[in-house]
Amino acid sequence: MSDSKSGPPEIDVGYVASLARLELTDEETAQFQKQLGDILAFVDTLSSLEVEGVDPTAHPAPVIDCFREDEAGQGLAREQFLRNAPDTAMDQVRVPKVVDS
Amino acid sequence: MLLAGETTPREIVESVATAISAENESIGGYLSSDFERALVDAEAANIEKPLGGIPIALKDNINAEDHPCSCASRFLENGYLSPYDATVSARLKEAGAVLYGRTNLDEFAMGSSTENSALQQTRNPHDHDRIPGGSSGGSAAVVAADMAVAALGSDTGGSIRQPASHCGVVGLKPSYGRVSRYGLVAFASSLDQIGPLTKTVEDAALLLQACAGGDKRDSTCLDVDVPDFTAGLQEGVSGMKLGVPREFFADEGLEPEVRERIEGALGKLEAEGAELIEISLPSTSFSVATYYILAPAEASSNLSRYDGVRYGNRIDDGGGVIAMYRGSRARGFGPEVKRRIILGTYVLSSGYSGKYYLRAQKARTLIQQEYREAFRQVDAVVGPVSPAPARRIGEFADDPLQDYLADIYTISANLAGIPGLSVPCGTVEREGRQLPVGLQILGPHLAEATVLRVGGAWEMIRDAE
Repeated sequence: MSDSKSGPPEIDVGYVASLARLELTDEETAQFQKQLGDILAFVDTLSSLEVEGVDPTAHPAPVIDCFREDEAGQGLAREQFLRNAPDTAMDQVRVPKVVDS
Repeated sequence: MLLAGETTPREIVESVATAISAENESIGGYLSSDFERALVDAEAANIEKPLGGIPIALKDNINAEDHPCSCASRFLENGYLSPYDATVSARLKEAGAVLYGRTNLDEFAMGSSTENSALQQTRNPHDHDRIPGGSSGGSAAVVAADMAVAALGSDTGGSIRQPASHCGVVGLKPSYGRVSRYGLVAFASSLDQIGPLTKTVEDAALLLQACAGGDKRDSTCLDVDVPDFTAGLQEGVSGMKLGVPREFFADEGLEPEVRERIEGALGKLEAEGAELIEISLPSTSFSVATYYILAPAEASSNLSRYDGVRYGNRIDDGGGVIAMYRGSRARGFGPEVKRRIILGTYVLSSGYSGKYYLRAQKARTLIQQEYREAFRQVDAVVGPVSPAPARRIGEFADDPLQDYLADIYTISANLAGIPGLSVPCGTVEREGRQLPVGLQILGPHLAEATVLRVGGAWEMIRDAE
């Protein structure tokens, strides 16, 4: 795989999409391959920025994590939560079988 | 007018409904609006309260109990009703407002044209062949077309300020931490902020007043004093130091007529006693690249919740749970959302996160430091919102990078977490139409009062002409 010195980076769109649990059509894969290649070549301009010794920033505000007191409270009512679920059974969300028996 | 008995909340809601009936088909700013519910809420409104009886439209990515919240996505289009109020929705209600109408957006707020809505095209009220901007394009368009008194939007890289600029309304992105995001559908959590789109700077201040303040439901929302945001609106700019970033005007992408409008406004602010000081924000040219690494990275993580399990679209062809995730996401998401999820997954993946994500986080530090340095010299920074007026619909249909590049003046405020305001400052003519241009005012973290003061001063100058 290429690094910043050997030209624009390569992305295997089909593979990355599968990591992200996305199913793409062949047409989408081809289109995204071109578009994301262009975008990656552009964001790669960042490799010319001098960042030696700079600390990374994850968060823009000077104060983070304003935690509240850990007090018990009322959450969402079950029926309020379940009304948006695509499939329910016995007051639960139903999903396809996860574990093979 | 309400307090004087000259009108009633019901009459205001009815007049908004009349405007929606007349205009929404051609503008497409609203995805939905529930007139009957709004009438009931209007009848119950307490007009003694700060926003008593005033209808407010919400971008369709802000939850309000029992309202839809589609995010302009096929994923949440059919039948999703919010089970709870976002903190801003609850606070607007507490302030007496009537929540009326859900506005269009780029799907999950990803875009700057509202063309990425999977559900509807929104048109610029000033020229129906042009975009309203985005991603809060619906909110900007309905305020500009007099289909709403005011609206809320969200701004991750310019999504309030840029559509406000393109539609000729006021748009405010508050500081990171000023307004709770609880109940805002998350796109990029270190960048997202909720803010108002309004007809005047005063209205923006009033809406911010109602929404601002600490919230135990959002650990990133700061529990700090909330000043009176309207207090300084009439004070003018005499004695204020306004920074003019060289890099915002050196960019060859800035259209000459847009530059003229901005420089004209700056000249008038100077004539009113502001001191213009040239400053430098050298990392400006890296802000777009930084953003398009960090924002997709965060989005790829945030959007993993759309799996077809608990809400929204489920496609289950009997192939098991993984196939259900893949199918639900394949058919629920539109192309821009898929592109950003793939891009975000890639820049976070093993072997690449140092090259992209970590480097972008360091670039972010540099951008923040440059603003901090600038605000040692000046009270606010002023410049354009967008390098050009609203473009034609469909112009960059196959080249998303072109739209990304136009975010150059708005993105750095999100990276730095600082407040930014867009205020209309004239128009430029394109194909016989007058298209609005916005003046951007940026301030230090939590200095919304300062940017609103400059905005108010500019409005007074502009309206006196």
